Parts: sequence; structure tokens; C-alpha cells
Amino acid sequence: MISFPIIRVITKIIIPYILLFALYVQFHGDFGPGGGFQAGVIFASAIILYGLVYGLPAAKRVAPVKVVEKLIALGLVVYAGTGFLTMLLPLSKGGEAAQANFLNYETLNHSLNHEWVPGGQHLGIFLVELGVGITVTSVMIMIFYAFAGREPVDAKSGKSKIRRESAKS
Amino acid sequence: MIDFVSQLPILMIVLPLIAAPICVLIGGRQATYVLSLIVAWASFACALTCLMQVWTSGQPIKYDIGNWEPPYGIEYVVDLLSGFVLTFVSGLGAIVLTYGKRSIEKEIPQSKHYLFYATYLLCMTGLMGMCITGDLFNVFVFLEISSLSSYALISLGKTRRAPLAALQYLILGTIGATFLLIGIGLLYQMTGTLNMADMSGRLEEFGGKRTMLVAFAFMTIGLFIKMALFPLHTWLPNAYTYAPSTVTAFIAATSTKVSVYAFIRLMYGIFGHEFAFGSTPLEEALIVMALIGIFVASTAAIYQDNVKRLLAYSSIGQIGYMLLGIGLVSVGGLTAAIVHMFNHAIIKGGLFMAMGCFAYRLGSVKLEDLRGAGRTMPWTSVAFAIGGLGLIGVPLTAGFISKWLLLTSCFDAGRWPVAALMLVSSLLALVYVWRVVEALFFAEPSTAAKEAKEAPLSMLVPMYVVIAATIVFGVWTQWSAGISSEAAEFLLKAAEGGQR
Repeated sequence: MISFPIIRVITKIIIPYILLFALYVQFHGDFGPGGGFQAGVIFASAIILYGLVYGLPAAKRVAPVKVVEKLIALGLVVYAGTGFLTMLLPLSKGGEAAQANFLNYETLNHSLNHEWVPGGQHLGIFLVELGVGITVTSVMIMIFYAFAGREPVDAKSGKSKIRRESAKS
Repeated sequence: MIDFVSQLPILMIVLPLIAAPICVLIGGRQATYVLSLIVAWASFACALTCLMQVWTSGQPIKYDIGNWEPPYGIEYVVDLLSGFVLTFVSGLGAIVLTYGKRSIEKEIPQSKHYLFYATYLLCMTGLMGMCITGDLFNVFVFLEISSLSSYALISLGKTRRAPLAALQYLILGTIGATFLLIGIGLLYQMTGTLNMADMSGRLEEFGGKRTMLVAFAFMTIGLFIKMALFPLHTWLPNAYTYAPSTVTAFIAATSTKVSVYAFIRLMYGIFGHEFAFGSTPLEEALIVMALIGIFVASTAAIYQDNVKRLLAYSSIGQIGYMLLGIGLVSVGGLTAAIVHMFNHAIIKGGLFMAMGCFAYRLGSVKLEDLRGAGRTMPWTSVAFAIGGLGLIGVPLTAGFISKWLLLTSCFDAGRWPVAALMLVSSLLALVYVWRVVEALFFAEPSTAAKEAKEAPLSMLVPMYVVIAATIVFGVWTQWSAGISSEAAEFLLKAAEGGQR
């Protein structure tokens, strides 16, 4: 790989734009086409590209297996946590909002500046999509690691295997 | 003040759902075990409370997610049938987890424990979600959650054949789920709704007969694969045999029953039994397939050397009894099917838990290694014997109740040959249970069994709770048979009334 300077340079130039585009798809998903799933795949593709060009160990330094594994769970916690939040918020507000079910975003309405912090339905879908984005990104990276490294979860034996392979090539 | 009682239907699903990723985030072995144990029992408490509420009020509980009204939003419905299934699925999930700590420590690598607990909770979420949801697409989603997590759980088995068994299950399970999805797609195309109650009303008006038939066929076959009805059962024996003991106990007790539940719901809740049985020879087909399944699987069970595999084949046979009950198309038959779902769940759960104890002490569940274990591990062996009696259907055990109900409704329907064949099939059960009991109590001890000690108390106590339940529900049937018969009446009445 060392002998392909053009690919390496172009990759380095492109990756920030991929990440930026992923964030755009993520956060503009409420207004236009896009959303957590698409954004997650695009975001992960940046790291996968990095891994393809610079090798798996380099990618694992950027996104360590352990961190990615926790992020998979974190995304789900964000999603389900939003649901719990909508259920529990009426508790602090008192009696008038008694019937608020799981994932009823209306309870997320607030009196803060609506220009900066979106209200109600908007905030709800924003948080949920963020959770989806995090989980999809990390799952995609994990799938890449699994195929590229064959032993992604068990970090100890996985590492040694990868070193041997890269040494051979 | 938030009204927690009204949130119970969602809590029992989302508590395990959110606890699973939290388990992964925490990562410790003890902490994740304690967390998943608490959540499993909390989920059971929610389910039990809901069931009690429905049982006393007679009204189904409905819950709109996000306050979106059905048919636009997703609706959760707890009626007697789903409440009953939810209660025993969560109950067995919780008690198997209580039992499983030592067994898991022995059979699963330590680094994977937190992932195991997370997957276990996800599997529970999926199974319970399939029961509670009133939205057809949601059934598919939860089916996938439970299936994917059970593939992962099975592949954690100790031997190298476990991943292969999981892959085999994955391929067939995916085909089954795809078939179900094709059926759902066809129904959605016809009615424009996914809410079950709404759909059943619209199908009568707008349903094209041929499309309905195709959809019904796809969904039925899909669910038959998931419940391992006889000719579609090939994934089951390997999956049950090579999975870790705890996983086998949980999945054998719950997963196929939930598919049977989905099948009942499909026939009575969506298509209506007039369509299901009127326009197809389903009645005869079910009875014939069930009987063939019972005989072939029970005969195959007799020839097994691995006791887990033996019990797996027996499970395929027992599914036959449930479908036999459904095939009789009467309140009695349906009652028998529902009550057998529960009874078989506790019996098979108990038996596989006993196998887990043997595997823990002997390191094997082969018949030759179990020989003479009755002397060194008396409590476990007696538990197996009691569970075995339940499997045969001896009076005073839970198995007797369901077989008795099935038999009487066979007589009511005038199907004497079926009743006779059922009795003969119980003899087959007697043979395969006796083979194990004989090896346990009357054979010369194997070298492993000689040195074995009784299983630890933390495994024995939960196992005996389940085994005691098989006797309690064999004597005192107000809950199991009472709830089942009311649920069956409710389903048939609703199906005749045309709306749920």
C-alpha cells in the first residue's frame, strides 16, 4: 500500500467531506431526505475507507473495537432512553400531562429558546435518529472489522492475527 | 403523578430492551448478571399484573405507543391469551436466568458473559413483543429480534458444532421469517393497514380470495418453520443439542410456543377461523401433520443417545399436540392447545434445567455417561423423573391436564381414531422417558457418574420451583386451564362475531 501515494493523499482529502456529509444527512434528515440509518452508513464508510487504504490496525486506532462495541449499545440506549424520558417527564411537570406514553415526543416541549433547541416532536425525532445513527455507524464498522480481521470481538487474539497477516503482505 | 399501572404493557417490553445495551455498556460479569436478573423479574411482575388486571376486569388492556391512535400508530394489546403467554414466557425467562448463573459460568467463556446476558434479554424482549403487539409488522420485527438473538445464543455453545447448528437454524429461520413477511406484505397491499384488529375487519370487505389464500399459506408455512412442525423441524434437534444448557432451557420452553401463539392469533385474530378452515383443508392437514409429527418425532426420540437431543425430538412431538388441539376447531381443542403451550413450557423447561445440572456435574448429557447418576445426584435425577412423568401425561402432573382436555375434545368432535392414536403416542413418550430413567436409577454407574456430586443449590432450587409448578398446575388448574378456556372462548366468539 505504501506505493500508492495518490490513493493515500486523495483518501485523506476526501474523508473529512464524507464525515461532514454524514453529519449533514443526519441532522438535516428531519427536513430532507436522510436520517440516522443513511447517515450512519456514510459515516462508517469514511472509517472503512480509512481502514481499506491504511490497513486495519490504523482503523482500529481511530475506532478501537472496544469503543465501537460500547457505541453500538449507546445508540440503542439513546433511542430507548428517549422513550423513557418522554414517559418520565410528566412526572416532573405534575398532573396535567398524565397520559404520556412511551415515545410521545409532545412531552419534550419546553420553554427554552426554540431557535436553538428544537421543541417537542422535532427534538424527539432528532434524539431518536441520533441513536440510530450512532448504532448504525458502529455496527457497520464492526461488520467491516469482523470481515477484515476475522476475530473482531476477542481483541487479544484478533490483534496478533492481524499483525501476522500484515507482516506477510 | 405518572400512572405506572397504565404503563405496564410497555414497561415489560422496554425494560429488557434498554437493559440489554446497558449490560454491554457496563460490561462487568456480576453487575450485568444482577441487572438482567432484576429486569427479567420486573418484566415478569409487569406481565403478571397485566394478566391479573385482564382476568379480573375481563377487558383487554390497550396501549398506544407515543399516543398515536391505532390503526395509525402501533398498539399493544394484552388480552387473556397474550397475557397468559407473556406471563409464562417472562416467568420462565426469569427463573431460567436465576438458575443459570453457575451453568453459564462453566459453559460460556468469561469474556462473553455480558454479551450473553444482553442477548438473553433481547431474546426475551423479542419473544414477549411478539405476544403483546397488535400490529402485524411489529410481529415480524420482534420475531427477527428474538430469532437473531437466539442464533447468537445457540452459537455460544461449547462444541464447535454449535455455530454450525446456529447457522442451520439461521438459514431456515430466515426463510420462515421471509415467508411471514411476504404474507404480511400481501395483506398490507390488500387492506392498507397493519393493525390486526383493523385488518381483520377490512379483510372481510376488501379481501381478494386468492391473494388472501396466498398470504395465509405463506404466513402459515413461515410460522410452521419457526415452531418446528414435523416436516419443517430439521433445525431444531441440532440447535437444542449444541446450545448452552441455559439457552436450551429458555428457548425450548418459550420460543416455539410463541410461534404457536402467533399462529393462533393469525387464524383467529386476522383471517378468522371461517376463512382459515372453511376455504382450505387446513383442519385435516393440521391433524394429519400433527399426528405424523408426534409419531415420527417420538420414535426418533427413542433412538437418541444424547438426552438433550432426545428431549429436542420430544419437543417436536409435543408441538404436534398443540396443533392437534388447534386443528379440532372447538373451544375445547383450542383450550387444550393453549394450556399445553403452558404445560409443555414448564415441563420442558424443567427437564432441560435438569439436563443443565447433569451437564454441569458430568460434563456430558450422553445416555452412557448419565448411567447410575441417580445414586450420586439423586435430587436432579428425581426432578428429571417427575418432569418425565409430566411429559408422558401421568395424572397429577401438568401434562395430564392438557392431554385429558385434548382427549375429551377429540371425543366431542367424534374423532375416535385421533384419540386412540394420541393414547398410543403417549406410550412412545413412556418408552423414551423410561430409557433415561432406567439409565439414571437402575444401571451400573459410569465413571463420570461415580465421582459426580449433587448439583449446586443455586441451580437445584429454581429447577425445583419449575418442577413443582408442573405438579401444582397438574392438580390445581384454575389458572392454567381456566384462563386458557376463557381465552379460547373469547377468540372463537370474536372470530364468529367478525371483529375483535
